[in-house]
Amino acid sequence: MAETRSDTKGGWRGGGAREERGGDSLDGVAPEVVLKLMRDMLLFRRFEERAEEAYAIGKIGGFCHLHIGQEATAAGTIGALRKDDYVIGSYREHTQALAKGLSPNAVMAELYGREDGCSRGRGGSMHLFDAEKCFMGGAAIVGAQVPTATGFGFAIRYRGEKRIALCFMGEAALNQGAFHESLNLAAVWKLPVIYAVENNVYGMGTAFYRVSKTDVDHRAAVYGIPCHVVNGQDVLATYTLFMRLADEVRNGSGPQYVEIRTYRFKGHSMSDPVSGTYRSKEEVERRTEEEDPIRIVKERLFAAELLDQAELEEMDAEARRIVDEAAKFADASPLPDPADLYDSVYAQTNEDGRLFLDGRDETPRASG
Amino acid sequence: MAEITYREALNQALTEEMERDGAVFLMGEEVAQYQGAYKVSKGLLEKFGHRRVLDTPISELGFAGLGVGAALVGLRPVIEFMTFNFAFLALDQLTNTAAKWRYMSGGQFKVPIVFRGPNGPALQVAAQHSHACETYYFHAPGLKVVAPATPADAKGLLKSAIRDEDPVIVLEGELLYNMKGEVPENGEHVVPIGKADVKREGTDLSIVTHGPALHLALQAAAELEKDGVSVEVVDLRSLRPLDAETILASVKKTNRAIYLEQGWPFGGIGAQVASIIQEEAFDWLDAPVLRVTQADVPMPYAKNLELTAKPSLERTLRACERVLYRNGRAGR
Repeated sequence: MAETRSDTKGGWRGGGAREERGGDSLDGVAPEVVLKLMRDMLLFRRFEERAEEAYAIGKIGGFCHLHIGQEATAAGTIGALRKDDYVIGSYREHTQALAKGLSPNAVMAELYGREDGCSRGRGGSMHLFDAEKCFMGGAAIVGAQVPTATGFGFAIRYRGEKRIALCFMGEAALNQGAFHESLNLAAVWKLPVIYAVENNVYGMGTAFYRVSKTDVDHRAAVYGIPCHVVNGQDVLATYTLFMRLADEVRNGSGPQYVEIRTYRFKGHSMSDPVSGTYRSKEEVERRTEEEDPIRIVKERLFAAELLDQAELEEMDAEARRIVDEAAKFADASPLPDPADLYDSVYAQTNEDGRLFLDGRDETPRASG
Repeated sequence: MAEITYREALNQALTEEMERDGAVFLMGEEVAQYQGAYKVSKGLLEKFGHRRVLDTPISELGFAGLGVGAALVGLRPVIEFMTFNFAFLALDQLTNTAAKWRYMSGGQFKVPIVFRGPNGPALQVAAQHSHACETYYFHAPGLKVVAPATPADAKGLLKSAIRDEDPVIVLEGELLYNMKGEVPENGEHVVPIGKADVKREGTDLSIVTHGPALHLALQAAAELEKDGVSVEVVDLRSLRPLDAETILASVKKTNRAIYLEQGWPFGGIGAQVASIIQEEAFDWLDAPVLRVTQADVPMPYAKNLELTAKPSLERTLRACERVLYRNGRAGR
């Protein structure tokens, strides 16, 4: 169901943004698709929980940003795409990678910094890639992936292909220049890109409204890009909207913009407490209780009698089995070989001149 | 061989590479309808159309980043910066995305893209438009950097850059666009990236340089010849990869070197070259390696101050005399 938003907080008076809401039924989504979305989201939840545990015992280093609470924003969006559509995200992208078809083994091994990781241990949690699956990263500079995705759209149009690009960003990216420059270019050249803003309220610990005069929902309207709003805790509403938008963009609508309203149940990263200076424990508990995307779809599946408790438990056991296997795989995978340190900085390393001033060029030179 | 300008040489390189490969396109401010701020892209819109020659808004971060995205999925963008002074707005896209995507992805992606445009001081355009920017790029593993100083090198290096599988920064000389020189007419005139060129042979002293400063080096060499000093001039052409072997061979022959460049001294190209020379040819040196650079200040506007700040013939000759111990001790 689409409707024009009427609240105009922030001075916006336009009518470009439409809200998509899930109804009581399955929104016309085929039962097997709903079950698949449910299965995916359970897997994402269990995967992230396992990553959290692995981080706590030092198996995963550096920064690690969990997507717990936001699973529907990965399942419902990427689930509506084709295999050859490009997806790029930011640093909270484990589940997006899984949704795009990367194996849990390869993603977990990457978090562990192992050679069998999807980026051979060179990228880590924030830089997951799979060229074959058209999963393009993993960008850890807020907003920097927006021009990159715009370039995918440009290349698609240049070659006259039927695919599309999906660009994720958090709401905090909306105040970066990269966002504005990119959306203008995409609009001017009518590029096949969906800009999907996961609004989880906080850019790290700063609520969007504290640092922004206007709202998230219509930020692309000034560039002439259609704006949409969807409840990102409702995977069916998200899926339904993205099915429609993917189709429109594939058929030449030009870029589209979506605010996906969601909530992060965990801290910004593993080094950040779940609640604290910027949000209360009560807020987190209330929203976790009321807005769990997995519980929401589960209840709808139960109501539609497409799933019962026993089947759910079976589904969950399967998800746990997969992440157990992923953790075992990651643990057993070899560390990258230090001898390969300089691999893949450049296409070739044996050309004219020195590409590096140390390392592989450091063979002592006889001094006459 | 035909005598053409540096500008025409670049135009030929673009034309030939766009004819050769349909994945090559040119994008930037004023490159299409206006025919290029410096007319490097003259005639390209007419020849290749708006699909492949695209005017952008003034949006350096945006179109540079768009180019990187297009390169990641198989196109070969040539992104023109009206000048490299404006490319700082896109620095994140160059150093954090273009330079790192191949590595961070464990080698799954390549980024065959060229960023080109004029670099270095011009005439009385003040500090924000007079800036040698090479060190920001040659610092970053993943990027290649070239700085052609002649029409032949401009054509040959731009062609190589477009064919390269890695991101290449092509630094053109703003004051060189009208310079004429011999360029082989053969379409396969390519200059390999990473090969320095000895532009003048000599035995007493090496002036190592890159970019437009080459012409000052040649002038200094001609002056010193009048005094019976034989100067070798090494034009690096590529800053990364760096042809250390040609530098070292020259120094081992002449036993003395200065580095001449348009940029600032702190962490300059000359600082890097001097480090290599002392590390690998220490025993051949008869004098410390000296550097002639822009004065360590933002470029001033007033003509007299600008001339004082830029490396000059006089300062170059003085540095040469110092390493030749012709006026007392070497050093400052």
